[in-house]
Amino acid sequence: MRSGRFPILPRRAAAALALFVAAMLALPFFVNSYIVSVLVVVLFAAYFGQAWNIVTGFAGQLSLGHALYVGLGAYTSAALFTRYGLPPWIGMLAGIAVAALAGGIIAALSFRFRVGGVYFALLTIAFAEFTRILFDHFDGVGAASGLFLPVSSLARDDVLLLRGSPVMFYYLLLALTLGALALCHDLLRRRIGYYWQAIREDEEAAQALGIDVFRYKVAAMALSAAMTSVGGAFLAFYENNLYPDTVFAVGRSIEIITAPIIGGLGTLFGPILGAFVLTTLGEAMTSLSSGFTLNGLKQWCYGAALLLIVALQPAGLWPWLRARLGIGAVRR
Amino acid sequence: MSVPPLLEVRGLAKRFRGLQAVDGVSFAVPKGGIVALIGPNGAGKTTTFNLIAGVFAPDRGSVVLDGADITGLRPDRACHAGIGRTFQMVKPFGALTVLENVMVGAFKASADSGAVRQAALEILDRLGLAGKAGTVANSLTLPERKKLETARALATRPKILLLDEVMAGLRPTEIDAMVRTFADLSREMGLAILLTEHVMRAVMALSHHIVVLHHGQKICEGTPEQVSRDPRVLECYLGSAATAVGMG
Repeated sequence: MRSGRFPILPRRAAAALALFVAAMLALPFFVNSYIVSVLVVVLFAAYFGQAWNIVTGFAGQLSLGHALYVGLGAYTSAALFTRYGLPPWIGMLAGIAVAALAGGIIAALSFRFRVGGVYFALLTIAFAEFTRILFDHFDGVGAASGLFLPVSSLARDDVLLLRGSPVMFYYLLLALTLGALALCHDLLRRRIGYYWQAIREDEEAAQALGIDVFRYKVAAMALSAAMTSVGGAFLAFYENNLYPDTVFAVGRSIEIITAPIIGGLGTLFGPILGAFVLTTLGEAMTSLSSGFTLNGLKQWCYGAALLLIVALQPAGLWPWLRARLGIGAVRR
Repeated sequence: MSVPPLLEVRGLAKRFRGLQAVDGVSFAVPKGGIVALIGPNGAGKTTTFNLIAGVFAPDRGSVVLDGADITGLRPDRACHAGIGRTFQMVKPFGALTVLENVMVGAFKASADSGAVRQAALEILDRLGLAGKAGTVANSLTLPERKKLETARALATRPKILLLDEVMAGLRPTEIDAMVRTFADLSREMGLAILLTEHVMRAVMALSHHIVVLHHGQKICEGTPEQVSRDPRVLECYLGSAATAVGMG
């Protein structure tokens, strides 16, 4: 019987989730530092994908400029740390405020003037690019030559100042990803989650049911931007250097949206699964093609694999896997 | 009448480019009353609905619901004022289940997901959709989608329900069942209903009062009896040569 995916997680899904969390907690004890660094990349992709999934997967508003919020979060916390010695956790709060405001304003401007669909997507790219160029000339944060964080002694992990080993970042990002999963799970079961999905499916019908469509779309964008900025702050303290041309790059925006699309747009676990599949695929292609001297072989194989996944499972890998595992209802 | 009507539409007019879609239409729906808006295709029925529900603001005229002026109010505000509506071209939330669709409507009255779910289930039961609660809306048949439209609008607990051709595509026995459902809803909950319908079987069985539109203007109104005998109505529906034939 299809009973809908309703409030309580079905028992089997809860068991699968517990298994996943346990495996992720144990993993760093069994693998080398290279694998840990790959897993950090996986978790960044999973977290950014989850944040983007809120505005595009849940609320149906296509943003192609999420690098903007990564950059705002990264630069705000890094600049406050290097210039004023503010701990990153405080800088993160400032970054959240800046990104939520930016996302809210962009969404409000667009939706107030009824800019939607692909035109909204274009506008999000434009704002991200505009900000990239702005930061290229922003001397206060190093302009085009970059902003660097002091790489102090890495002898001991300092969680308060976010100075430490990849393993420390791995656990922090794991907590962040699981926190985002819990938040999304909760949101989808509340009025706001139902309203977002109604707006995604049909705006006119949603409005006729009393939904203030404008308000809920702006809220989705602001929340998504705020969450993205937190990931950006971690990225800054993990990589220790920031260049406008990489942080705000259009390529990053595209990277952010690939994992949730491959994993399953609008689903809860899709962004996480997509991040695992894509990053693993990318790494595998790199090591496989390392023996060859053919330029771009990795990108070719990577592209072909993506094409195959999209062609075979257009709704994403998670809905397919979920059905195989017998977790929750079969939808779509 | 000493009691003021629940919905009062006065001198409503709307022009699209060169077309006067609605031209000074006035009528009223009493509390608990069922009024049908009929007329040939292009008479202005759906435009009148859209003007009441706030899809666009009228050029002239006013809409008063339960003493409050709701003229030109945005659709979501009109809904909060007590207007529940269905769309002639159904607009289900396709990827959501039937139950989730109705819950979206029921969230207007409460933020408690459990209570909302219960309220939605009761409405589904009432409209004979309970067996489809877990079905994804995209896989429903057209008659089921029409019922879902109604269920969703009903879930917002409106003072008046605007039904835009919800009987189209239903079998005669299903039409009779829907007519009974609406009559019961109106009687038990004091719900007022304004409907447009081409299925005369439903119009005649359900309405207390009928308003006939033609080319955006009201040409007559009255009880089903009166309207079905009015020569102007027969003329606009069938042409002047066919005045001897009854409507049915």
